[in-house]
Amino acid sequence: MSLLRPLLLDVVPTIQQTAALALGRLANYNGDLAEAVVKGDILPQLVYSLAEQNRFYKKAAAFVLRAVGKHSPQLAQAIVDCGALDTLVICLEDFDPGVKEAAAWALGYIARHNAELSQAVVDAGAVPLLVLCIQEPEIALKRIAASALSDISKHSPELAQTVVDVGAIAHLAQMILNPDSKLKRQVLSALSQIAKHSVDLAEMVVEAEIFPVVLTCLKDKDDYVKKNASTLIREIAKHTPELSQLIVNTGGVAAVTDCIGSCKGNIRLPGIMMLGYVAAHSENLAMAVIVSKAVPQLSVCLSEEPEDHIKAAAAWALGQIGRHTPEHARAVAVTNTLPVLLSLYMSTESSEDLQTKSKKAIKSILQKCTYLPALEPFLYDAPPNILKHVVGQFSKVRDALFSESGGRTFQ
Amino acid sequence: MATLARLQARSTFLAHQYYFRNSAVDVFRKKEYDAAIKIQSWFRGCRIRAYLSYLHRVATVIQKCWRGYLGRQHYQLIVKLEFCTMKMNLYNAMAVRIQKRWRGYRIRKYCFNYFYLKEYLKAVSETNDAIREELEEFAEMKEREEKKADLEREEKKRDYQARKMHYLLSTKQIPGIYNSPFRKDPDPWELRLQKAKPLRSQRPKVKQKRDVNISNRLACTSARSLPQSEILPPIDRKQCQGPFRDITEVLEQRYKPLEPTLWMAEPINELKMAREELRKQEWMRNINDNMFLPFSSYHKNKKYIPLMHSSSKYGPNSYGSQHFRDENPKKWICDKDFQTVLPSFDLFSKYGKLYSKAGQII
Repeated sequence: MSLLRPLLLDVVPTIQQTAALALGRLANYNGDLAEAVVKGDILPQLVYSLAEQNRFYKKAAAFVLRAVGKHSPQLAQAIVDCGALDTLVICLEDFDPGVKEAAAWALGYIARHNAELSQAVVDAGAVPLLVLCIQEPEIALKRIAASALSDISKHSPELAQTVVDVGAIAHLAQMILNPDSKLKRQVLSALSQIAKHSVDLAEMVVEAEIFPVVLTCLKDKDDYVKKNASTLIREIAKHTPELSQLIVNTGGVAAVTDCIGSCKGNIRLPGIMMLGYVAAHSENLAMAVIVSKAVPQLSVCLSEEPEDHIKAAAAWALGQIGRHTPEHARAVAVTNTLPVLLSLYMSTESSEDLQTKSKKAIKSILQKCTYLPALEPFLYDAPPNILKHVVGQFSKVRDALFSESGGRTFQ
Repeated sequence: MATLARLQARSTFLAHQYYFRNSAVDVFRKKEYDAAIKIQSWFRGCRIRAYLSYLHRVATVIQKCWRGYLGRQHYQLIVKLEFCTMKMNLYNAMAVRIQKRWRGYRIRKYCFNYFYLKEYLKAVSETNDAIREELEEFAEMKEREEKKADLEREEKKRDYQARKMHYLLSTKQIPGIYNSPFRKDPDPWELRLQKAKPLRSQRPKVKQKRDVNISNRLACTSARSLPQSEILPPIDRKQCQGPFRDITEVLEQRYKPLEPTLWMAEPINELKMAREELRKQEWMRNINDNMFLPFSSYHKNKKYIPLMHSSSKYGPNSYGSQHFRDENPKKWICDKDFQTVLPSFDLFSKYGKLYSKAGQII
């Protein structure tokens, strides 16, 4: 570090650039090296010369700042303290797209850590310039600017509102149609970070007419595009029944169900949660979810996924679907998921979360279930606290239906 | 006196006779009296009994009428009550019918329209199917496009290879490797080679390599660096006769990439040169070479034509442009010039110089 520092002040520009590049690569590799860079007082020198030098140096210096800022919030705070944000924002106005990309990347990494750093980045006036960067023709620059906007808006509703006030949503919505898949990932992630905070923001995102275009992203080859698209739909669906209604009316539930069917593992998780949120709002929406053939898909997820948190999400979603009326409970019970849920609840290997969720799901479905063939297996191997619900349900059914088979089974 | 004595003697007999006669009569009288009484009492009894039974009859009649009257009243009350109850029952039944209809209507129309729900669910499932079809089509379209792009790439690659290997084409004398005489048809590569246009030997790509090195490294988002291509010597030909040097050495010398001096490769004033470059490029694009002067320098656009009054044969008069006062030094009181008591305006102190920085080249 002590050897590289004087090289930064060398007369020959190439030596400066290469020294900066070397520093950047060192800092990029390891957090301790980044701390050493900070402690060696190199940052003020870099920031000072950033303003004056040519574009290669600017790129290298922005690379150093990015490499230092990505490791921890304290290092990012050190970068902010030496006044780098203003110079980075000036770099964002440069003509060369490479410089803009490096500056935007550095800003994105700084803003990623927490809300105060994001606020500092916003206060430096970076957001309008980032929105301008998004409109540039270079794909790499668009990607980085979208990812920076996503990192800024994810922390709090005020920051998301700042991003929206600059008119970012319209540009982001246009870029959903772009064929580049990495760009789509970032754009969808940015929109979902904006939409997740409040109903108004979600409504603004919906007003940008992303439906039904977003549904084509659910069919993309890239898994992360699918994941981010289903995250976006989930964040919109969870706020109010009207938004969920909108998504159902445009056929979003069918698209998400197909998407769940076509991928595995963590990619499925946002889609499963989206179905749960839609069904939770009202019984009509839950009926719409059932009509879109989501329940067989969810039970497949429940049985074949290895990870507990995905199973827990699927159990929760099934509980939300089945808890409204006997019709709904019947639709869930017909697919033979209740025994699976019971076994998950009873198994000792399941995590706490999975057990709690499957127990709640079983209870809420059983309270409305009048479908006797599904209830019968429960009589044999359910634990006592569930058994009392089953017996109660049987008595209700017997009184209501007065059917022979029911009475015989009861006795 | 005899009578008296006779009477006295008879007196006791008379007394006895009197007593006996009275008593016998008495007995008769008593008997008759008792009989009379019996008859009278029996008669009286009859009469009173008749009267009593009459009274009974009459009392019964009165009671009969009264009881009938009371009973009729009671009966009317009951009838009234029954009638009211019957009416109320009827009203209740009708009201229940109306309420039944109204409640059903209300629920169906305002709270939960079963048929509307069914329609809605049907519409939702139809939309779902439509979306599923569209997405399938979209996915298929993407697949097709990708395949097409792949095929095109393959074509281009083969084309390029054919262009590189064009010398393998068969001539009239010598059949090429793809056109063996033992084959019935020539290999498809032969046809491709026939169609291919040979590449130019000098490739301009080499020059750019050194310049773009660093920026490529930074702009590349992956860790892979660009491969550095070298020029290979041509394949062995027959050695030329004579005192010639080794062909590989010669070609190395000939095709050695230019190594400029440090001054040429990384000039110190690269920034200035880059600015010049930029200015030249912009000059190239300019339609009008005259610099756009701001309005504060508007007067510089025009050539100043002086008044005939203030110009003489030998040029313009200095009065009016150089000095504005007609000075007669003989009339001066003292030889010092006027003092400025008030400071001049900052604005006017820049008279003659530009007020704005527009047009100044950085």
